[in-house]
Amino acid sequence: MKRDENIAAMCDPAPGEGGKTGDWRSARPVIDESKCIPCVKKKSACFLCWLYCPEGVVKTTIPVEIDLTYCKGCGICAEECPPKAISMVREDKS
Amino acid sequence: MNTPENLFKINAKEYILPGNRACQGCGLTLAYRYALKALRENTIVTLPASCLCVLHGLYPLTPVTVPALNCTFASTAASASGLVAGLNALNRSDITVVAIAGDGGTFDMGIQALSGAAERGTDFIYVCYDNEGYMNTGTQRSSATPIGALTTTTPVMTKQQQKKDLIKIMEAHDIAYLATTSPSYPIDLYDKFVKAKKIKGTRYIHIHTPCPPGWVYSPRDTVKIGRLAVETGLAVLFEVENGRFRFTGRSKTIAEKGNRLPVINYVEKQGRFKKMSIEQLKQMQSWVDTKWSEYMQRAER
Amino acid sequence: MSNVSIITGNHAAALGAKLSGVQVVAAYPITPQSQLAEMLSQFVESGELKAEYVRVEGEHSAMTVCISASTVGARVFTATSANGLLYMHEQLHWAAGSRLPVVMCCVNRGVGAPWSIFNDQQDSFSQRDTGWMQIYCRNNQEIVDTVIQAYRIAEEVYAPVMVCYDGFVLSHTMMPVDVPDAEDVKKYLPPYRPHTILSPDNPKTINSVLFPHRRENTEGVLCDGFMEMRYKLQAALERAPETIKRANSEFAAIFGRDHGGMLWEYKADDAEFVITGLGSVASEATVAADTLRDEGIKAGVIGIRVYRPFPREETIKAFSKAKHITVLEKSLSYGYEGGLCSDLKAAFYGAGINATIDNYIVGLGGRDVKAREIVDAVKSSTSATDRDVLKIKPKWLNCFTG
Repeated sequence: MKRDENIAAMCDPAPGEGGKTGDWRSARPVIDESKCIPCVKKKSACFLCWLYCPEGVVKTTIPVEIDLTYCKGCGICAEECPPKAISMVREDKS
Repeated sequence: MNTPENLFKINAKEYILPGNRACQGCGLTLAYRYALKALRENTIVTLPASCLCVLHGLYPLTPVTVPALNCTFASTAASASGLVAGLNALNRSDITVVAIAGDGGTFDMGIQALSGAAERGTDFIYVCYDNEGYMNTGTQRSSATPIGALTTTTPVMTKQQQKKDLIKIMEAHDIAYLATTSPSYPIDLYDKFVKAKKIKGTRYIHIHTPCPPGWVYSPRDTVKIGRLAVETGLAVLFEVENGRFRFTGRSKTIAEKGNRLPVINYVEKQGRFKKMSIEQLKQMQSWVDTKWSEYMQRAER
Repeated sequence: MSNVSIITGNHAAALGAKLSGVQVVAAYPITPQSQLAEMLSQFVESGELKAEYVRVEGEHSAMTVCISASTVGARVFTATSANGLLYMHEQLHWAAGSRLPVVMCCVNRGVGAPWSIFNDQQDSFSQRDTGWMQIYCRNNQEIVDTVIQAYRIAEEVYAPVMVCYDGFVLSHTMMPVDVPDAEDVKKYLPPYRPHTILSPDNPKTINSVLFPHRRENTEGVLCDGFMEMRYKLQAALERAPETIKRANSEFAAIFGRDHGGMLWEYKADDAEFVITGLGSVASEATVAADTLRDEGIKAGVIGIRVYRPFPREETIKAFSKAKHITVLEKSLSYGYEGGLCSDLKAAFYGAGINATIDNYIVGLGGRDVKAREIVDAVKSSTSATDRDVLKIKPKWLNCFTG
């Protein structure tokens, strides 16, 4: 295995530095596409979930995609969604 | 299909890769996300031991895609001064130097270095993310903690003093640009960083940063709590440029319409205020009212 | 071609920094360093030295500015004394742990409380555990020469160097100094090449937290835990004497002056009574050695030039024939004894050196140390037969201890 040649601590950018933070969740965001505004309008609109996600794991695609490998389940997207299209569903319930 | 456009016309690139160690619903992460979008690649950040240091990750990885230099707790602004001096000496003064510290590293231990750097007119941006306590070490009290708040070092009596007005202290340094922001208003925050990047001299940006574990509320309410701070005037969105004061965003609307909410709407939502006395609540309201009327007078001039 | 000026130690240090082409200077005034900081600002403001001068608000910030400026690739310089050095203490650890080639002059002064503005070496002595290299100067010529050599050493070893000289004794005393030629210094000092990468061209976060254990990066390299990173600093310092000696000999080849690598000797070859110390007091001891020789006593001096990394090998060799060693120290580790004395004894352990060792605490807070007092101290060396180790305590030279 190659040696660490650094003589001072220099860190390289990479996803998952803190691990798969999706494991932190006790509830996951689930989007109801019948209520989600960009889904309903079939065009770029709202996207407040993308705006307010601290982790940047929401993609401005239609339908909206959330990267569940890293989503911490904070619930801000659900709280801020104007039509309440996002619910936080407990992980221990399928 | 094409990825739909970014409605807010801001830099779509993300500079914080997912899977970082910040708390669920961290106000700092949300704020930093937009600050970096505005600052872009040609930036060097310096940061002390703090929540941000943990967000920046542990060796040998980091989630952040801009260069960053860790420093000791007291020295953030001095670390930035050294970066500016070194880059000038090497003819790389095109790179924006940004110091980012919490309220501990700004109001308390970091105040001397900050005052020195500002007094010298150092050409850098100093950012204070104010989560109103020493949150990284376990939510202890700082001089930025509001009156009446429970912290782990004011666990019974609550904080006795009003929040230190560091913004006034920074104004006393006659700096080039000063702005206050909140992650609950990310576009306002983004715009101020974009503006600051283009200004020369000392620029100070304050971010009122909600903290779920420290303020004791559910992580999903971070944006809501931050909004309530602005709605009640506990956090005010404004900028000062060449001595001229200007409300921005939601605070501007409140100033025009006069519909500022009483502070109780804010404090009742957070567990840290559950031992706040009626007297302290009155003092807090009075403090907010006084500052608000000062700002109103300055805005009219 | 000689270029002799009669200048103070502070002036010599300022010239050393200027000739080394430093690019960032950050210094806070403190007696007896102040004139050094002033002269550098004179050089910068008059255009003689093209550098950024940051008039910091305190010594902690002075070292911080040096750290971050050095990280981006600038050659840096600072200077301080006593309480100023102590104020930047956490940053000394930071600079060494960051493996940055910061060069700093410590104008030795006693530390409070109570206050002293006068010379002793408790300040630099108390920082010997930080990972900084320490070189002590005997006279003003050595000051200018050592500052220049310090950059060569620091930038090769990637560890910071403290150039120490006695406050007032050297800093304010005028001596003849042959000022090195600027072009010759440029030949001697290659440009600084940082190992740190802090640039938008290759973004990294520097000096994050390290775990106790090692951890893989994305390329499968097993990266250091805290202990490995710290080991690397120690390993570099253990290898440093080679660099230090070469820096000295190559300097001698260009400039014609050899100040000794790790240590210097005066009439020590056949000396039975060896006096040792750091800085100007060791220089004073050569006068005492001459007096003793005149009286038929075979005395000599071994001056410790580099205190850290400690010259274990060199001292074992140099002291091997001594029968009595007198260690003069302007500092001590309170609660035990003089640090140089302890370090020598530790070096001699198992090396077959059985000389008597007398530790003298001298000159604290600027008390004058006279050659005749050193002569008397040598003459009262512990006899070879009286070796009650439990009676060993440091003695205080010319001090009322009643």
